[in-house]
Amino acid sequence: MTGFNITKILDTLSSKPVVRYMIYSSSTIFFFAFILIPPILGILLKWNLMGQVFEDPSLTSKAISAISASFLIAILVSVVDIVAGLPMAWLIVRGRTRLLSIIDTLADIPFIVPTVTLGYSLKLFWSGTEEITSPFGSSLVSPGWLLVILLHFTFSYPVVVRVLVGALQDYKYVYEEASRTLGAASFTAARTVTLPILKPSLIASFILAFARSLSETGATVMVAGTFENGPIFINNARAAGQEGPMVLVSLILILISATIFATIRILGPKLRMPVKRIWPNTERVLSKTGIATARNSISTAIFLILVLIPSLFVAFPAVSAIASGTLNDVFIGAGVWQGYWQSLGLSYFIGATVTFLNVVVGLPMAILIARKRVGRVLPAILDSLVNVPLIIPSIALGASMRIFWGNFPFIPEIGLLIFAHLSITYPYFVRAMAAAIERIDIDLENASRILGARPFTVFRTIILPMTKYSLFAGAVMMLARSIDETGATLAVTTLKTAPVLLVDWVKGNVLATPLEIGLGCAFLIIFSFIVLLVLRLIVRGKGRY
Amino acid sequence: MPEIKVVNVSKRFGGGKIVAVDNVSLQIRDKEYFSLLGPSGCGKTTLLRLIAGLLQPDEGEIYIEGKIVNNVPPEDRDVGFVFQTYALFPHMNTWDNVTYGPRVKAWNEEKSERIGREMLEMVRLYERADAFPHELSGGMMQRVALSRALATGSKLLLLDEPLGALDAKIRLELRNELRRLVKDLELTAMHVTHDQGEAMAISDRIAVMRKGKILQVGTPQELYMNPQHIFVANFIGESNFLEGHVEEVEKETTIELRGEIFVNVSDRTKKKGERVVLMIRPETFAIERGRKKKINALYGRVERLRFEGTNIRYEVRLENEDRIEVSRPTLVGEWFNMNDEVTVSFSPDKSYVFTYPSKGLREELAVE
Repeated sequence: MTGFNITKILDTLSSKPVVRYMIYSSSTIFFFAFILIPPILGILLKWNLMGQVFEDPSLTSKAISAISASFLIAILVSVVDIVAGLPMAWLIVRGRTRLLSIIDTLADIPFIVPTVTLGYSLKLFWSGTEEITSPFGSSLVSPGWLLVILLHFTFSYPVVVRVLVGALQDYKYVYEEASRTLGAASFTAARTVTLPILKPSLIASFILAFARSLSETGATVMVAGTFENGPIFINNARAAGQEGPMVLVSLILILISATIFATIRILGPKLRMPVKRIWPNTERVLSKTGIATARNSISTAIFLILVLIPSLFVAFPAVSAIASGTLNDVFIGAGVWQGYWQSLGLSYFIGATVTFLNVVVGLPMAILIARKRVGRVLPAILDSLVNVPLIIPSIALGASMRIFWGNFPFIPEIGLLIFAHLSITYPYFVRAMAAAIERIDIDLENASRILGARPFTVFRTIILPMTKYSLFAGAVMMLARSIDETGATLAVTTLKTAPVLLVDWVKGNVLATPLEIGLGCAFLIIFSFIVLLVLRLIVRGKGRY
Repeated sequence: MPEIKVVNVSKRFGGGKIVAVDNVSLQIRDKEYFSLLGPSGCGKTTLLRLIAGLLQPDEGEIYIEGKIVNNVPPEDRDVGFVFQTYALFPHMNTWDNVTYGPRVKAWNEEKSERIGREMLEMVRLYERADAFPHELSGGMMQRVALSRALATGSKLLLLDEPLGALDAKIRLELRNELRRLVKDLELTAMHVTHDQGEAMAISDRIAVMRKGKILQVGTPQELYMNPQHIFVANFIGESNFLEGHVEEVEKETTIELRGEIFVNVSDRTKKKGERVVLMIRPETFAIERGRKKKINALYGRVERLRFEGTNIRYEVRLENEDRIEVSRPTLVGEWFNMNDEVTVSFSPDKSYVFTYPSKGLREELAVE
C-alpha cells in the first residue's frame, strides 16, 4: 500500500512541468557547481602565483621540460599503441583459432589491473629491486623516461585494442568484399577501404590513449625515478608546498590538452588517408599468408612480452609473500596492514559514495542530453561540457579543486576527495547512460504516454528496464575508476586511499617490504577483478541495453 | 564453351547443420543473362558468393572460362560483383569508387580516367562524379555500383538482388536498363532475385532454387508453361491447386476431385489410383453465367471480386467447397457480381498434374 502511494505521488509530481524543470535544473546546477567550475576556476584563482616560476630560470626550465615530456610521451605512446594494437584487434576479430578468445580475455588484463599495481609490476619486471630480481638478471630498463613510456604503453594498450575490436566487429565486411571483387589484394582492401572507414575509431582510441597517458600519476611516480613529466612535477611541487609552479604547470597542461583535443575533434574527421596510390605488386606480396602469419606472431609476441607478462609479474612477490607466512599479519592487520585495510576501506567507501551520487545526479543530465528536453542548443552545449573533466589531467584537476574548495574550510578532507572523484567519474557515467537512452526508440516512450503513463511511470517501466544493464555497467566502471584514481587524490587531500598508500610504500615513505608491496598490489587486483567480473556477468549476453 | 560451370557444389554453415547449397550443378552460357530465382534463404546468394570467391565450397568444383577456380581468391577471378547494399565506399566519391578497380589493377592514369568517364556516361552520372554515396539516391547508387563493377573490364557480371532496395517504379525502369546494358556490352550476367516478375522480364534462362537445391532450369516461357515441380508452378506465375485421385488413364486422364467432380487432362504420366494435385492458372479458366454443360465444367458462386485495372479477379467457391481464382481481362466478356452462379471451365491441355507431395501440399508450397 505504501509502495503504491509513493509511486502515485512521484507520478503526480512528475506530471507537473515545474517539478521536472526543478529536477533538470538541479542536475544542471550541480554539474556546473561541483563538476565543471571547480576544476577550472580553482587554478585561475591563484593565477597571481604563477609569476613565481618565471623568477627562477631553472624552475622555468624544469617546468617547460616536464610539460614537453608529458605531451611527447603521450603522443608517442598513443601512436605506438595504435600501431601495436591494431594488428592485435584484427587478429582477435578476424582470426579463426579458438585460442583467440583466450587472447581476447587476456588483452583486458592491464585494463583490469589498477594502474598503481601495474606500475609496481613493470618496475619489478624491467628493473627489479634489491630483494626481487628482474627476470633479465640485472635491470634492463631503469626507472626513468623509458620505463614511463613502457608503463603508459602497457596501460593504454587494452583501451586501444578494445575500441578497435568493437569497431572491427561493427564494421560492414561487405566493403572489403567489394574491394576484393574489384581486384584488390587483402592488404590493399584493408589499407584503402577498411582503415579509412575505421578512422573515427582510430581517432577515438588515439584520444583515449593520449588522455590516459597525460593524466596518469600514481604508477608514473613509481617508475619515473628522477624523471619529471607534468603530473610528477605538479606532485613534487605540491609536496614541497610550491603553489606557483603547481598552478602554472596545471594550467598549461589543461590549456594545451584542451587545444589538442579540440583540434583533433575538428580536424580529425577532415584528415584524408592516402588511398589513391596503390602498389599492386608490393601489396600482393604483403597479402600473402606467410606475411600475415609473421605479423600475427609479432603482434602476439609484443602483447606477451611488453604487456601481459610485465603486468602479471607482481604475482611473484605476492606468492612469495604468502609462502613466507605474511598472510597471518595481513588478516590480523599487523604492521603496515592496518593502514592498508583502512586505505582499502576508504577507497571502496569513496567509490561507492561517488557511484551512488553519480547515478542520482547524472541520470537527469543523461536524459536531458539524450532526449533534448529543453531544445537542441542547451543539450548540445551540455554534451560538450560534460567531456571537460575528461581532458583535464587528474592531478591538475585535484590541485585546482583543492584551491577552489579551500575557500570553504568547513568542508572536510573526505568531502574534497568525494568531489574530486565525482568530477573524474561523472563524464563516464553520463556518456554511457546518454548513449543507452538515445538507443531507445522515442516511440516507445510515446506509446507509453498515449496509454496513460505519467513521466515517472514512463521512466520506471520503459527507460529504466531498457537501460538497466548500461546503468549497472556504468556503475561498476565508475567504482573501478574511482578505486584506481591516484593523481587527483594526491593533489586534493592528505587522506590515503589504497593506490596512494601503495605509491608511498614503493617510494619508501612508509616502510614496507617488496613482498608486502607485492601482496598489497595482489589484493587490490583481486578486488578489482571481482568488481569487473560482476560487470562481465551483468553485461554478457544481455543485448544492446 | 560455358562461361560458368558449377559441378556438384555444396556449402554448409553452422558446423554443417545448415546446408545452404546442396549438391548444385549448373551451366551458364557465354553472353547469357541468367537468373537465380527463389525465396529468401534458399541459397541463391550463397551460390553467387561461391562463384565470386567470397566463400569456398565444401564440395564440388566451380569453373570460370573452363578453368577451375576453387582456390582462386576473389581478386583474381576477374568477375564484376554488384552487392545488394551496393557497398559503395563511403569515404570515396563517385569518381573514386568507379575508378577504384582500374587503380587497383595499376592501369595507367589515362586509361583509368577514360574508363571512369565512359562508365559514368553510360549510366548517365558523369555530372555527379564529385558526389559521395550519402548524397545519391537509391537508383543512382545502384548505377554507380554497376558502373564500378563494369569498370574493371570483366566480362562476367554477378548481381546480388541489385534492385531489391529500390522502390517499385525505379525498379521497373532500371531492370530494363540493366538488361540492355548487359546485352550491349556482350556480358555474361548472373542475377539473383526473389522477384519472379523481375526474373521473367530480363532473363534468357532462370534457375528456380529452394532449400539449397535447383528445382528447374529453363527459359521464362518454359518455366511458366511447363513447370516440372509443384513449387515452380506456384512460384512462377499464379496457380490454383485442386486435390484429387486419378480415376482412369486412357486417351486422357480422368481425375476425380473432391465432391465426386470429374475432369479430364491431357497429362497421362500418372497411374490409376494415384493421389495427385491439379494445377490450373487463373487466366486459363473460362467463366460463364449460370450452369452450362462444358468440358471440365466446375460449378460455383462468385464469393469475392477484385478490380485490378487490366484484369478482374474472381474468387469462386465451387460446389465441393474448394476455392479457385479466375482472372479475366477487364474489357473482354461480361462482368459478374458477388453471389452470381457461374460455370468455370478449362481446356484439358491447359492444366498440369503433379503427384501429391509426401510432406503435404502446404509444406511443399511454403516459401520459407
